[in-house]
Amino acid sequence: MSVARRIIPCLDVRDGRVVKGTQFRDHVDMGDIVELADRYRLEGADELVFYDITASPQGRAVDIDWVRRVARAIDIPFCVAGGISSVEQARAVLHAGADKISINTPATQRPELISELAEAFGVQCVVVGIDSLRDPDGQWRIRQFTGNPDATRALETTTLDWVARVQELGAGEIVLNCMGSDGVRAGYDLEQLSAVRAVCHVPLVASGGAGAIDHFVDVFRESDVDAALAASVFHSGQVPIPTLKDSLAEAGVEVRRPHLEGEHSA
Amino acid sequence: MVQVALVDSGGTNIGSVADAVERLGGTARLTADPAEILRADRVILPGVGAAGAAMARLNELDLIAVLRDVRVPMLGVCVGSQLLFEHSEEDGGVDLLGYLPGRVTRLPGDEHIRIPHMGWNTLELLADDPILAGISTGERGYFVHSYAAPVTGTTLAACEHGTRFAAVVRGRTAETAHIWGCQFHPEKSAAVGSRLLANFLSPAISEGVTA
Repeated sequence: MSVARRIIPCLDVRDGRVVKGTQFRDHVDMGDIVELADRYRLEGADELVFYDITASPQGRAVDIDWVRRVARAIDIPFCVAGGISSVEQARAVLHAGADKISINTPATQRPELISELAEAFGVQCVVVGIDSLRDPDGQWRIRQFTGNPDATRALETTTLDWVARVQELGAGEIVLNCMGSDGVRAGYDLEQLSAVRAVCHVPLVASGGAGAIDHFVDVFRESDVDAALAASVFHSGQVPIPTLKDSLAEAGVEVRRPHLEGEHSA
Repeated sequence: MVQVALVDSGGTNIGSVADAVERLGGTARLTADPAEILRADRVILPGVGAAGAAMARLNELDLIAVLRDVRVPMLGVCVGSQLLFEHSEEDGGVDLLGYLPGRVTRLPGDEHIRIPHMGWNTLELLADDPILAGISTGERGYFVHSYAAPVTGTTLAACEHGTRFAAVVRGRTAETAHIWGCQFHPEKSAAVGSRLLANFLSPAISEGVTA
């Protein structure tokens, strides 16, 4: 037995409500953040990521009142992403009860922020999110300001170089969002994830492309990632987490299955 | 209602531990006040971050002697559990509280063993103890750490990540039998964690502990 591969639903949050975006716009209200968080906890999610979609594009910090509400209600770890660009903002979110904070665009603007956060809170709290896309020359390169399609910028830095750099600076975990497969539901980008895995020594979370149970089996078996993140397949109920975990276990992937241990009733 | 003093060692998971205690019907107060710590029914030594910073903060607040005077059940969580040992090699080497024998060392990582050890890993129960009542070998706790204490005579449950290490510990001497430590995060470990914390808050935990 060893550490279980993690399944992580990602919830987009706007003004303390969970929303679902289509093409980054026209957000539909999905419900109360605590109710949805609790639903995923009961289904056996190993961790949750809350992405504050209002925060980053508007240049303001996360409103932490909902972080407190989530922390009071749920007993599994959760990470808050979006709008964190300073040690003080991170401290407020962590003290409100989040276990980790994830930074993306602010790290590309000021990489030292990663070291400052690792120094202040320990590397285990510091997740670096990377938005990555293959360019016409065949290289994967990072993007910034991806929360708003009109503002998204391509950078010169290759994804593999950035993965190495953020680890040196103190990233305790990396979430690789493969933009080419994101939203397409045709499976995770196994080629890119495997290439990043080869240079990533901290836990690696796959993001972008999950559309079916087989995609999760493939990403754990082929790309050896530590966790897989997804949103729409969980929100829609298309992939129920207990069924997903049973299938993963049958495929030989080690997972935590609280639904078999009666944990969910607690 | 069980009153828990959460010792303010500067960690960031303190709010979560308080939330977990409150979900179980206790009250939890974050404090560095010696009188309040010594008046509580239970003492929890939380802490995320580094052993060096946590020890520096306990020193600065003059709490090391206070902790030695605690006679009620005390629980160290994560780094708080490591602090119970003699020495850690973290931060270039730091002396710890020394309640339990042993040295905390860095987990050995390799191509497939990623550090930090982050996620749900299985417990292997090594001894019967009231803090583990209702918890079985093979159940999982949520771990987040890069350093760990060795498996010794004080280990109640072990875990493995690159090497075997102590997941749940308890003092073996008359002076330390009221002290437990938990390397995983019970406040974030769903039903397994609630069970451990409920056991810690229950009257049964005090049996054999001279308060």
